[in-house]
Amino acid sequence: MKQTPFLSIHKSLGAKILLFAGYDMPIEYSGIKDEHMAVRNSVGVFDVSHMGEIWVKGPEALAFIQKVTSNDASKLEPGQAQYSCFPNGKGGIVDDLLVYNFEPEKYMLVVNAANIEKDWNWLVSQNSMGAVLENASDRIAQLAIQGPKAVDALQKITSVNLAEIKYYTFVVGDIAGIDDVIISATGYTGAGGFEFYFYNEHAPTIWEAVFQAGKEFGIKPAGLGARDTLRLEMGFCLYGNDIDDTTSPVEAGLGWITKFTPGKNFIDKDYFLKQKEDGVTRRLRGFKMIDRGIPRHGYQITDAEGNEIGIVTSGSVSPVLGIGIGMGYVKKENSAMGSQIYISVRNKKLKAEIVKMPFV
Amino acid sequence: MNIPEDLKYTKEHEWVKMEGDMAVVGITDYAQGELGDVVFVEIETVGETLEKDETFGTVEAVKTVSDLFMPLSGEVAEKNDALDDEPESINKDPYGAGWMIKIKASDLSELDGLLDAEAYKGLVEE
Repeated sequence: MKQTPFLSIHKSLGAKILLFAGYDMPIEYSGIKDEHMAVRNSVGVFDVSHMGEIWVKGPEALAFIQKVTSNDASKLEPGQAQYSCFPNGKGGIVDDLLVYNFEPEKYMLVVNAANIEKDWNWLVSQNSMGAVLENASDRIAQLAIQGPKAVDALQKITSVNLAEIKYYTFVVGDIAGIDDVIISATGYTGAGGFEFYFYNEHAPTIWEAVFQAGKEFGIKPAGLGARDTLRLEMGFCLYGNDIDDTTSPVEAGLGWITKFTPGKNFIDKDYFLKQKEDGVTRRLRGFKMIDRGIPRHGYQITDAEGNEIGIVTSGSVSPVLGIGIGMGYVKKENSAMGSQIYISVRNKKLKAEIVKMPFV
Repeated sequence: MNIPEDLKYTKEHEWVKMEGDMAVVGITDYAQGELGDVVFVEIETVGETLEKDETFGTVEAVKTVSDLFMPLSGEVAEKNDALDDEPESINKDPYGAGWMIKIKASDLSELDGLLDAEAYKGLVEE
């Protein structure tokens, strides 16, 4: 199995380690709730080095990205990043990703760890225009330093003015004396903060400096468990749970990254446009439990009479709200905000309500 | 890991403490550590007479849900209502405030089939 350059550190901190996407990854250290609240209220650090990084370069870089992604990458200025997805040619999603514009002929795609090989093969197969592709995933490490105190903590270890880096923009600058770190004001927690990309060999130096800088704010390492509850509270989709090869971005509420701009032709554009115009048969919705219980991936959603109207794709307890929350596909006719639905938890039907996301 | 000497254990990581013919039952320190933060305990079997190894409830942690098994046959005489408001007691004090049920044991000879502290320690250290 694979490992990130931080594995020995995670072990020394007593993390619970589980295999995820082929990597030994920390699931939790001090406890999911504790880590979750540290990120919401102060600052926490996630090792997300398992994520994949694919460079797209050359004169055809933008044309290629416009073809394989649903969002409009032509709107990106150098120094900006964008959330997007790869349609799969059958109206589903190969993966969701971030597109970074470095220069007019140099982009970076950041993809899910579990999909690196699948994405790579897909991109190569679609590269009719001859863009230059390079899979740098094994050389690049990544830390997500998230939370309202991230700026104050990290400012101590960089000459870059972090407060000037707007959400979904990035710079290449110094961190802890390392010169070529990508400092990106992104993250999947909704808590603010940064993601750092750097070469594997700098991992111990940067980890040490980040934790030293965050000490006064009670900085904590956070695992994939808290990452999941944080993204769920924000209503962010997780590939493999809420979106996959059988779900369309239109159904998933990702219309905002599916751009039917004239001049942008992308895989499945016509299919998604038709879905948008004709309407979809199911929608990804967020719901809060009214009855006491915790929804989980795969649980059935029913109406009051017990008829199946959908399926839970993500569910957990919200550490902030203290109740069960979830997301799931619900038949369009049952999907209005405020609708009461029922989640089949073991042998019971528990009442829930469809609500707007984010949950917090 | 805390494995008190004076308790009996099951392979499913419940502990049992006898108080007369009443068996107080909870989950072990090891089990709470594996589950992570417990957020909800559901026990709806009070008053029922169940066989050893039958499910008496479920415990929901943030990431996972797990069934709870009867370590002994008998009537579920009582449950720990304090867990409704403080399920985290199971993480903080699994052998004390985190107790789950009391069983009016119907066959005390079943106690002989449970693990002692040393045997349980061997099990979880495998």
